[in-house]
Amino acid sequence: MTKKFFSSDHEYVIADGGSAAIGISDYAQDQLGDIVFVELPEVGASFKKGDEFAVVESVKAASEIYAPVDFTITAVNEALSESPDQVNSDAMGKGWLIKVTLDNTEQLNDLMDESAYATHIA
Amino acid sequence: MSHTTSSPKPTALFDLHRAQGGRMVDFAGYSLPVQFSGLLDEHNHTRNFASLFDVSHMGQVSVSGASFEEASAALETLLPGNLQNLKPGGMRYTVLLNSAGGIEDDLIVTRPAVEQGEDVCISIVVNAARKAHDMQLFETALGDRLNFELHEDRALLALQGPLASKVLATLSDAPNRLSFMHTTPSKIGRIDCQISRCGYTGEDGFEISVANSRALELAELLYADERVLPAGLGARDSLRLESGLCLYGHDMDDKIDPVSANLVFAIGKKRREAGGFVGDKAVLSILEKGPEMLRVGIVFDGRMPVREGADIVDDSGQKIGNITSGTFAPNLGRPIAMGYVPSTMVAIDTPIIAMVRGRQIIGKIAKMPFVPQNYARQPGI
Repeated sequence: MTKKFFSSDHEYVIADGGSAAIGISDYAQDQLGDIVFVELPEVGASFKKGDEFAVVESVKAASEIYAPVDFTITAVNEALSESPDQVNSDAMGKGWLIKVTLDNTEQLNDLMDESAYATHIA
Repeated sequence: MSHTTSSPKPTALFDLHRAQGGRMVDFAGYSLPVQFSGLLDEHNHTRNFASLFDVSHMGQVSVSGASFEEASAALETLLPGNLQNLKPGGMRYTVLLNSAGGIEDDLIVTRPAVEQGEDVCISIVVNAARKAHDMQLFETALGDRLNFELHEDRALLALQGPLASKVLATLSDAPNRLSFMHTTPSKIGRIDCQISRCGYTGEDGFEISVANSRALELAELLYADERVLPAGLGARDSLRLESGLCLYGHDMDDKIDPVSANLVFAIGKKRREAGGFVGDKAVLSILEKGPEMLRVGIVFDGRMPVREGADIVDDSGQKIGNITSGTFAPNLGRPIAMGYVPSTMVAIDTPIIAMVRGRQIIGKIAKMPFVPQNYARQPGI
């Protein structure tokens, strides 16, 4: 059973037990505009909450993406190197950035659930 | 760029931009749309059809004097462009320099097609962020001979794209009378306008000066043609960069001379020898010696944009230049940039290394414009 969490910086964590998919929210992709390049980390790398782990570039600007929790990367979305626009068209689905194992699932409690996030961006 | 502490000024089309879904940003003290449907859509629509840009933030200055001959001769003591030989309705791109040859602004000087009354014999369009600064330089240099007036009561709308002339021809005969860099007064519908065949997208198009009080009516007339869609500052920037057009405050500034900025064409041919303009000594000396650094176009491998501020380095990692504008070029599908490199390495295809987030990005010098310009060399649609 998966559960969605959001950071105030507009990253999402779709958690399934101790593993998760992480990306940027639909609101974030809309704010960034047309995405033309995504720089992703190496599989196996570990990040602490608040670390920059990726850069998403639109035609306009580069945006750093920060780790919403502590994690270790198990997969990166290779399809984005050819089709970075998937982040625009399906941010919460095909536009995922990384898959991870969560170092500490307790940290998810510090994030917002879907309804709290909807209020946050309203 | 200038900073304003007050809230940004709305243009005459502010409410229309909001109604069209424009995402408004503060740009040079004005509230302007950065995008509507999306930057790439707007960019591509401009390259293929026609887009309307609100460029009312630009400074529209009128110059009054006894005659065009007197006013142009006086202006030439300040500006390096050939102005005295402008024919009625002719327009010229030039630069405003300081005594060290640095560029204070780039601007377009226009000789009206017909006498406009009130002794107005020249008009000048300057960058938004430099309006007050330029007016002060004009007044200081020539205020005793000419009268300069900045028209905050006028809007400027840019209709740009390969279908711009077809769209405008349904409302005015101006497209059939104007070639690139020419102007005429003309009615659009019942609205008095000043129509100039120019723009900053590399496409054919028109800049239309209109009283603020009639700007909304004009925009609605143009949008009534379904081939016309709104475009924002984001698309304007990617379009001008693909077209190799430099942007003040980024690709040149008051520390950079027009020779290094690769804008020698902005200095009249005779004036490159005779001088007689502010900054002439410095510019003629650089022309003779050749510049140390030169503004060039660069294309990069891969997809990662190399943006303003990135260092250009040599094989040993030593900084040898810098990027002044860069983006992912929608029409080319690869990153492009402008920047300054030593003038010994400006040949087409010379390899270039730029640093982005600590990584070397490989590129090469490319011919500008990156995308061919599509100007109307003859009047017509």
